[in-house]
Amino acid sequence: MMKMTKKLLALAFTAMMAAAVSTGCSDKEAQTVSTDGSTSMEAVIGALGEAFEADNSDVTFTYNPTGSGTGIQAVSEGRCDIGLSSRSLTDEEKASGLTETVLAYDGIAIVVNPENSVTGLTLQQLADIYTGKITNWSEVGGADGEIVLIGREAGSGTRDGFESITDTKDACQYRQQLTSTGDVITTVASNPNAIGYASLSAVKDSVKALPIDGVSPSETTVKDGSYVVQRPFVLVTKTDEKLSDAAQKFFDFATSADAVELIAGAGVVAAK
Amino acid sequence: MKSKKQVTERLVHGVFLLLGLITVGCVLLITVYLILSGLPAIREIGLFDFLFGKTWKSTAEEPSFGILPFILSSVYSTAGALLLGVPIGFFTAVYLAKLAPPAVKSFVSSAVSLLAGIPSVVYGLVGMLVLVPAIRKLFDVPDGASLLAAIVVLAIMILPSIIKVSITALDAVPKDYEDASLALGATPVETYFRVSVPAAKSGIAAAVVLGVGRAIGEAMAVMMVSGNAPNMPSLFESVRFLTTAVASEMSYSSGLQRQALFSIALVLFLFIMLINATLNFFLKRSKEK
Repeated sequence: MMKMTKKLLALAFTAMMAAAVSTGCSDKEAQTVSTDGSTSMEAVIGALGEAFEADNSDVTFTYNPTGSGTGIQAVSEGRCDIGLSSRSLTDEEKASGLTETVLAYDGIAIVVNPENSVTGLTLQQLADIYTGKITNWSEVGGADGEIVLIGREAGSGTRDGFESITDTKDACQYRQQLTSTGDVITTVASNPNAIGYASLSAVKDSVKALPIDGVSPSETTVKDGSYVVQRPFVLVTKTDEKLSDAAQKFFDFATSADAVELIAGAGVVAAK
Repeated sequence: MKSKKQVTERLVHGVFLLLGLITVGCVLLITVYLILSGLPAIREIGLFDFLFGKTWKSTAEEPSFGILPFILSSVYSTAGALLLGVPIGFFTAVYLAKLAPPAVKSFVSSAVSLLAGIPSVVYGLVGMLVLVPAIRKLFDVPDGASLLAAIVVLAIMILPSIIKVSITALDAVPKDYEDASLALGATPVETYFRVSVPAAKSGIAAAVVLGVGRAIGEAMAVMMVSGNAPNMPSLFESVRFLTTAVASEMSYSSGLQRQALFSIALVLFLFIMLINATLNFFLKRSKEK
């Protein structure tokens, strides 16, 4: 009786281990396209990679979310095919033999409650609001009311983008840190004194997107660069080294007109 | 003939044993996994700094991983939920078990069951859209997402477990006890509170501890109404709990941040173990008396 149970247990464990092993190994024969870099680009690159793999079943697509700096480093050292960066390359980086291709623009809308009478902010005011230097709407031309700062959780790409554009890294005095864009919109819509940030594509009529430095956010103003709360999503490649066939295929696919819809689906504005 | 029966009998026993072991196996697996993945970060951060650090900045240039705000928020919210929920739940249970006419009893009981069946995300949603703005207007604070909102939501969420388990305990009190008390001239209400309730006290204690377990382990509903800023707890401030600390940062976390989230889960797990041990201790003691 005991013996039989032991045997059955052993069998069950073996089955579990076998399952664990088989999911862990990958096909080494296939061609691979490796990307490395910005965590903010996860949604875009995930969507593109998935679609690319579906069309090219013999190619394995990998994405290593390490951060823009690491991604640029990785491509210059040849540790990946394409580096992903959510900022433009510096002149030094370009001089070191790297080329940037803008894949998309990530526009971040600054949203307030529709009841809010403020008609616009400057980038500096926005930074001061989020760092707690400005705490009342009356200081920026609105009605009297304590500003309620709504943001995203640590690690979120939108938060990272917002804080790096406004230069407020680790200095924001958030009242609420919500875990999704939808939560931010809903919360701002229900509190007349709230301000929040969200991907441009997620903005709805229930909130008001504020013009920054006099420019309203829209696909056009994000693309031509006049709306400042935005950053480019960049594909980084080596200037004088050819990509592998598979990587070139992915690069062409990602910058083609076919990818525009996928890119838009991930909440950013395609560069094409 | 007989031996064949015995074989079947043994086989069935074996199957049942195996099924029972699945549960034990899951518990063991989760425990071992949590300990293994939770310890590295604690070792790196230092147990004291981790448990008693007052600031949580997991993605800053110089990150700090102090979870005291989360521990205190969890403890305060649970205590607050009990303060509101236990009196309501207890008196409702006594009323339903002893005083209510059958029609009322069946109606209220099914309402309570329905309350138990509502998914926590719905509590969170209603809390977010109704309770949070209401708190903001009622108390004239800049934002209603606060510890108070979480306490109210949790108090409602623990009502069903408190009411149902208490009713079961009160129903199980032998009718003889009550009859004897009534025969000695006690009024029905005196009887219920002096005889029935003391006789059912271990079951009622179990109901309360069950409520504690539910309150401290809830993540979704409180995440939607509490604002999630890692502040030290204060009634009208936005707070983050042990559960929501794990849930809110897990999706994008990496490196030490991720390991620290596992460590938070380990702390939460130890809390739950402590609650269960307390429950067993009280139940045993009241049985021995």
